[in-house]
Amino acid sequence: MNAKRSDKIATGVLYAMSGIIVLILALLLFYILANGLPHISWHFLTAPAQSFEKGGGIGVQLFNSFYLLILSMVISTPISIWAGIYLSEYAKPNRLTNIIRTSIEILSSLPSVVVGLFGFLVFAVQAGFGFSILSGALALTVFNLPLLTRNVEDSLRSVAFTQREAGLALGLSRWETVIHVILPEALPGIITGMILSAGRVFGEAAALIYTAGQSAPTLDFTNWNPFYIASPLNPMRPAETLAVHIWKINSEGIIPDAAAVSAGASAVLIIAVLLFNILARLIGNKVYKRLTGV
Amino acid sequence: MAMAIEATEPDKTAAPPIIDTEDVHLWYGSNEALKGINLTFKEHEITALIGPSGCGKSTYLRTLNRMNDLIPGVTIKGEVKLKGKDIYAPGNDTVSLRKEVGMVFQQPNPFPFSIYDNVTYGLRLGKQHTREQLDEAVETALRQAAVWEEVKDKLHDSALGLSGGQQQRVCIARVLAVKPDVVLLDEPTSALDPISSSQIESMLVALKKDYTIILVTHNMSQASRISDRTAFFLQGHLVEYDDTKTIFLNPHKKETEDYISGRFG
Repeated sequence: MNAKRSDKIATGVLYAMSGIIVLILALLLFYILANGLPHISWHFLTAPAQSFEKGGGIGVQLFNSFYLLILSMVISTPISIWAGIYLSEYAKPNRLTNIIRTSIEILSSLPSVVVGLFGFLVFAVQAGFGFSILSGALALTVFNLPLLTRNVEDSLRSVAFTQREAGLALGLSRWETVIHVILPEALPGIITGMILSAGRVFGEAAALIYTAGQSAPTLDFTNWNPFYIASPLNPMRPAETLAVHIWKINSEGIIPDAAAVSAGASAVLIIAVLLFNILARLIGNKVYKRLTGV
Repeated sequence: MAMAIEATEPDKTAAPPIIDTEDVHLWYGSNEALKGINLTFKEHEITALIGPSGCGKSTYLRTLNRMNDLIPGVTIKGEVKLKGKDIYAPGNDTVSLRKEVGMVFQQPNPFPFSIYDNVTYGLRLGKQHTREQLDEAVETALRQAAVWEEVKDKLHDSALGLSGGQQQRVCIARVLAVKPDVVLLDEPTSALDPISSSQIESMLVALKKDYTIILVTHNMSQASRISDRTAFFLQGHLVEYDDTKTIFLNPHKKETEDYISGRFG
């Protein structure tokens, strides 16, 4: 077989494989959206869920998903940035660093249901937070932190070494070089990674079942005092999220329109994750343009 | 090979030495890259360091502002004195050292920010400056680096949009803005076309009155055109150091002559 021919075959195989992936994704999206979109309405998106009758919505669950997401990002973003900076810029290549890196890798490959059980034992039981948004957000942090840290570290590392030399040769300290030269250059990558991981967190169910709980008490959207028990902002209340809701009504739901609610909720979930992905690209590009002026 | 260097060293007393290095050794791990270098640099002169690849000239240049500190496994022995003070003395601050001894690299490495921000970066982090002071510093530095006319209308565009030669001159301006005493240049024109190179060469000659310039170059004619003195390195040794004219027209060592005339390297 000559080189030209094998090149053609290889190209053909590559096209076929990528085609299959795109096809599977498209079918999946089409199926979920075709089933779910007809059930989505303003009422569906805002009304509280029903326990026994049909006609319930996902309003509370949707709010819970976003609130939990924001809370867990607020906790994990600063930690991951500090840890990423340490690993990329300061850590010397020695045993301690190796142990930290290995731990992060192991942590990132933990099944999320294990993270959920860990969260249940530590945050819900030991720390006494119970089934609450706080427990859920902390479990999501455990779940998300390794990947975020890795993302920050990789983004920082992808900045050329010559940039560090340039900064230091100007008489900037290492910290100034990191903060004013390296971090801004890495920021688009970091933000993209953050938003993508937000999508992952948004769709997470297993880590939340035993931490944020499976019930969504009706919220009083007129009282935003975080200490009021029915307040949407109260971090100590149980909070079933959208993904947990889908799991629950499919496994033990007794509402007559369970299939429809599940299909609609799945479509909403998928749309939200898609939006996160598109947003990740747009914001990443925009930040890069803004910083570099290219 | 390292012996009798003193004999060939020119005894000019016109300018005081700004950098004085004595018996500088450097190891990468167990590999000795510099084998005892004695060199003295006078103020307001351009010194060219020449020699074949791997002879240690770039390594030596980087010992002068401690850039080798960044490389793991490097050991340095000997004395490097800047205005009489040993820069490797314990407790010495590399940050303030590098403000006095700036460096320009082979590949233009502007920050991916605007031209204006590139030039003001080193300054703004030092202390507070008013907008007017910064504007003035930017213009002065870019003029010194002979790139002002080309970029004055797009100071707030990204430096990455410039040509390689312009980028390199912006990088030089960025160093000059910090007002160092010494500017080290590591093959600053080897990645550039001949026109950009000659612009940088004439700029360096003009800068001589305000700065001490030490330049590593592979380009013999560049060394002979712009430098006052030339040091020839070979395999970690300093073979010969003299007036550029002497080195190129009347070298004392055979190795120097062979290298200059292109017989090796």
